[in-house]
Amino acid sequence: MASNEEILAGLAEIVNEETGLAPEAVELDKSFTEDLDIDSISMMTIVVNAEEKFGVRIPDEEVKNLKTVGDAVDFISSAQA
Amino acid sequence: MTRKVVITGLGATTPIGGDVPTMWQNALKGVSGARTLEDEWVAKYELPVHFAARCTTPALEVLSRVEAKRMDPSTQFGVIAAREAWADSGITEIDPDRLAVAFATGIGGVWTLLDAWDTLKEKGPRRVLPMTVPMLMPNGVAAAVSLDLGARAGAHTPVSACASGTEAMHLGLDLIRSGKADVVMCGGAEAAIHPMPLAAFSSMQALSRRNDDPERASRPYDLDRDGFVMGEGAGALVLEAEEHALARGARIYGELAGTSVTADAYHITAPDPQGLGATRALKAAMFDGRIQAEDVVHVNAHATSTPVGDKPEYTALKAALGNHVENVAVSATKSQMGHLLGASGAVEAVLTVLAVHERKAPVTINLENQDPEIPLDVVTSARALPAGDIVALSNSFGFGGHNAVVAIRSV
Repeated sequence: MASNEEILAGLAEIVNEETGLAPEAVELDKSFTEDLDIDSISMMTIVVNAEEKFGVRIPDEEVKNLKTVGDAVDFISSAQA
Repeated sequence: MTRKVVITGLGATTPIGGDVPTMWQNALKGVSGARTLEDEWVAKYELPVHFAARCTTPALEVLSRVEAKRMDPSTQFGVIAAREAWADSGITEIDPDRLAVAFATGIGGVWTLLDAWDTLKEKGPRRVLPMTVPMLMPNGVAAAVSLDLGARAGAHTPVSACASGTEAMHLGLDLIRSGKADVVMCGGAEAAIHPMPLAAFSSMQALSRRNDDPERASRPYDLDRDGFVMGEGAGALVLEAEEHALARGARIYGELAGTSVTADAYHITAPDPQGLGATRALKAAMFDGRIQAEDVVHVNAHATSTPVGDKPEYTALKAALGNHVENVAVSATKSQMGHLLGASGAVEAVLTVLAVHERKAPVTINLENQDPEIPLDVVTSARALPAGDIVALSNSFGFGGHNAVVAIRSV
């Protein structure tokens, strides 16, 4: 089980890989679309990479609820449990 | 009155140089870009051909990692060449609604398509990335260039196999003459040095098997020619309405005087042995540009180095230029960089424009025993072209019976 800090760090790495954003810019309260300027195609790529990294499944219908980085960390954390 | 169209920017990334100045210096020197492939897949799939001509500058040395991730390798090359051509043109301000793109490819995103197929088989549908479709579509390169430049007067992708790059110039000329655009970013891009296309071209006996001597494998017009060498890369040219170029005091390389496209309707892959379609294309481009045979001093030939392909082009040149063909300096630059498929016409157009502008014809390498049935005056060491008003032609022919010709006139 990854801790929330580890999940955040892992997500930041995935976001950096996809968008080039500095990992430290990926903070819990940041919105993927508003703050990080991530489009839907990049978001799906990030989701699929997160699934592989954390060994979870993030259903397509759940993705629209992941508005902030914190939402994604919480979802992954509970999906791992 | 027909609008005059000029060329004001050039870009290229090729197996003999990652930019236009490097490519041009090498083209005059005469070098080979063909190398033995070190990839594990050559042995794994027991490919009959072990070499190809890769770009000298990997795309990731020019593009950022994040940019490159969203582009098929063919689009990466296209964007690199287009950026160089755009910077070279010196255009700083333009109405986006008057700027179009005509950027060709022969195959399109073959790496992306086949990688995604491998991913599907090995990891399942969830791992097939959402960028797969926009990366594999053949118009991906025109779309990426249009996005990059903010070009809104249309983004087009002519696809006619190995004539595609030249057909893009034909379309670009039309777009400006018909008043639909003032400036067109034209070009062609290809990245197909992948085991599947190598196997497929090989199975149709199109590729040279000179595995022990890759640098001497591409040998147009030579008696021992045995097929083409697969190349990759991109070429780009900024076409501009003359009045638009003059108004901004642009450096003008030459005039795109005439273009043409014809179809053989003879055989799906074999060229018409009498070169009738190619002859009609040559005559049509000359008619379009009001060019007399005597005006033509140089031809950048299609000349891929296949046993069956090189001769009909000679027949066509002879039919279109008559006895004047003897006075024309012919360069077969695929001898140096291999065959860039859908990019070849664009890269060869860049070389043809430079030949007219610099008044120098680039070199044909590996011509040791010239085929007596092709008595052309082949340029084997860089040669000066005459002063005064001159015209050069560049031919491209593609599987499917496509013939395309561009005519460049000095300014």
